Amino acid sequence: MNLIGENSDLNILDDILSAFTEITSNDLIPILQRIQNGYGYLPKDVVMEVSERTGIAASQIYGVATFYEQFHLKPRGKHLIRCCRGTACHVKGGPEIIDVIKKCLGLEAGETTEDMEFTFETVACLGACALAPLMVIDGNYYGMMTKQKVAEVLDSFRKPAEEIA
Amino acid sequence: MTQKSSSISDFVSWQQRIKSAVDAGRSQIIVCGGTGCVALGSESVYDAFESEIKKQGLEKEVLLKGTGCHGFCEKGPVVVILPDQFFYPGVKPENVAEIFKETVIGRKAIEELLYVDPISSKKITYEYDIPFYAKQQRNIFHNNGRIDPVDVEDFIAHNGYNAFVKVLQEYSPQDVIDSVIKAGLRGRGGGGFPTGVKWDICRKASGQEKYLICNADEGDPGAFMDRSILEGTPHAIIEGMLISAFAIGACTGFIYVRAEYPLAVKNTRLALEQARDSGLLGDNILGTGFCFDIEIRQGAGAFVCGEETALIASIEGHRGMPRTRPPFPAVKGYADEPTNINNVETFANIPLIIENGHEWYSKIGTEKSKGTKVFALAGKVKNTGLVEVPMGTTLRAIVFGIGGGIENDGEFKAAQLGGPSGGCIPTQYLDTPLDYESVQEVGAIMGSGGLIVMDQNVCMVDIARYFLDFVQSESCGKCTPCRVGTRRMLDILESICGGTARMDDLAKLEELAVDVNRASLCGLGQTAPNPVLSTIKNFRDEYVEHIEKRICTAGVCLELLCYQITEKCVGCGACKKVCPVAAITGEKKEIHVLDTEKCTKCGQCYNVCKFEAVKR
Ligand SMILES: Cc1cc2nc3c(=O)[nH]c(=O)nc-3n(C[C@H](O)[C@H](O)[C@H](O)COP(=O)(O)O)c2cc1C
Ligand code: FES
Repeated sequence: MNLIGENSDLNILDDILSAFTEITSNDLIPILQRIQNGYGYLPKDVVMEVSERTGIAASQIYGVATFYEQFHLKPRGKHLIRCCRGTACHVKGGPEIIDVIKKCLGLEAGETTEDMEFTFETVACLGACALAPLMVIDGNYYGMMTKQKVAEVLDSFRKPAEEIA
Repeated sequence: MTQKSSSISDFVSWQQRIKSAVDAGRSQIIVCGGTGCVALGSESVYDAFESEIKKQGLEKEVLLKGTGCHGFCEKGPVVVILPDQFFYPGVKPENVAEIFKETVIGRKAIEELLYVDPISSKKITYEYDIPFYAKQQRNIFHNNGRIDPVDVEDFIAHNGYNAFVKVLQEYSPQDVIDSVIKAGLRGRGGGGFPTGVKWDICRKASGQEKYLICNADEGDPGAFMDRSILEGTPHAIIEGMLISAFAIGACTGFIYVRAEYPLAVKNTRLALEQARDSGLLGDNILGTGFCFDIEIRQGAGAFVCGEETALIASIEGHRGMPRTRPPFPAVKGYADEPTNINNVETFANIPLIIENGHEWYSKIGTEKSKGTKVFALAGKVKNTGLVEVPMGTTLRAIVFGIGGGIENDGEFKAAQLGGPSGGCIPTQYLDTPLDYESVQEVGAIMGSGGLIVMDQNVCMVDIARYFLDFVQSESCGKCTPCRVGTRRMLDILESICGGTARMDDLAKLEELAVDVNRASLCGLGQTAPNPVLSTIKNFRDEYVEHIEKRICTAGVCLELLCYQITEKCVGCGACKKVCPVAAITGEKKEIHVLDTEKCTKCGQCYNVCKFEAVKR
């Protein structure tokens, strides 16, 4: 029976849950973090399965999943672009950098491009304020950004696709 | 590499063996591996040195080490060559062969690669002569630039875990608490509560079991000292936690790290494993019967989870919402048991107090604020990075002495201290000593020590709007004053920045600020009005100018900008082409004219001009 319309590979979940013994609510956030790492987001059917197997109410799981910015209920793009909106970045021109990214990708913060290539997020502070303004793409830091540099970096991620076309 | 010590004497002889194997005269190449330097490419510099050493067959003679953050992040990748302490900023892989030949082998500096002091314009050869470092007192950060974060032996060679062993040998739990009280250490997480007193309350509270939490959530945007400490010397935090656990009688500890700090998580995890393998964590530590272990919990991206009760809710698997205090966590915290929670930097101070004595510690700083404080210096200042100074150092000494002054020789306008709970300190208070009380007197708070320098191009109304926007979106929504009150305050600030506010809105804003402060449930809401109140107090004229004249002198509030084309215009026509409303006219090669009536302030002409001829 699949009323949820998703069909995730539950083997990944088996592996995740097998690392925990006697699961209690204390383990919920670490479990969700691993699910997100494994699946890229929190698929509905997986969440329901977690509730089923652990006895933690689905409402609590969704309560937690929607409270924390880190959790996502929708699939995300191949490349994750995170731009800092912290104070140091703000005074060093961060808003302009965010604007360039939005324009280049045609996205608002939190959105994913239709081709599932890019997801764009803003972050409260990336913790490398000495290099403001700053963004992180797929875990790599790009510091002391300017409007030109951002455009160049984004282009470098786009190139391969264009070459094929 | 690690070996398990099952008694204190085992540990002592292990340490002796490690120390006697250290050759102090050996050449060392130290490459910073902190997040900042990695972002600027230090990994490839490290790799280049590694292959150079191999190529020359000097693996025995030369030691290559990747360390934690040196604090001078902006100048990265930073390389230091020991024993002489040659200092090279901004090293590229192509410099490596030359540095190796001239400096590592030849022990001579390479002129072109040396650091140039922005004030004197002089080249500086040695790390200890660089004003940025020379003017600091790096007690906590000393080891950060010297040891391999994930090599427990290196930490032990630098007297690591000595304070903990001293506690096991010579102290009762009450002795530890008394030392920390006498040292005068106050919490570095923001509130400045006396650490020893908190431990004492927790020790004396009744409960089945006691818990210890290290708060590494570091949510204040603009602060990154906790990240650097955890990345660079995770063992020092484990040691501080061990001593605290011994004092309060805890068996279980947590380190709650924010999700944005992957390297800190990685290094801390490795350090925990090593400590366990060495017999320094777990059951029957060093054969003394003392048991303590630590688990890492990663935050999931919510600022409010830095607040202690929300943090505990988050560890327990709930939405991170604060609850009213009392009862304080020291009495009723995790699993409703007594729980001591301290900040990373607070724990980093503990081994220093034990090793050097509380008398030594209490001589540093001011009467009521003891020890050193790490500030994260960022914004419009020449030298950005982490700065550790005795409490009570003046703002001027930090911004102009260590920071080298305002970038592009601009004008100092204010320094924001304390993040979303703090305030902006204006020019007339530059000589304020930075300690808990003095900072509060000028309308800011110490907070975690994020210090953002602002120049004439930063608009104070926009900064207030920025922080309100931040707290508004981070408000957990539990209490109305914070959830709705900050929203209304933000509305007013947006109308001021947008040029639609009236003077009575300013009065309303001040009134609301007082209400939100009084009625909110937790520190987030209670302190949310601070950035607004401090900017109104110190920069009232700027607010009035925004409202009455509809002008933003700093040129930040887009709706209030007035675009002009200056005589720098060469008549290239680029602006005329992009203007969506045909507000720009002019012949080729002649100065163009912008019709302010037609202008919709979209800013495209400003962006496209290559000659800086469009002014706003
Ligand atoms: C909204 C809010 C956010 C906070 N964020 C942090 C934080 O990121 N790190 C931290 O150590 N303390 C933070 N605190 C303070 C903690 O509640 C707590 O007082 C602190 O961790 C205690 O440690 P200390 O006594 O060593 O300072 C925050 C408080 C509030 C109200
Ligand atoms: S403010 Fe952007 S990294 Fe901290």
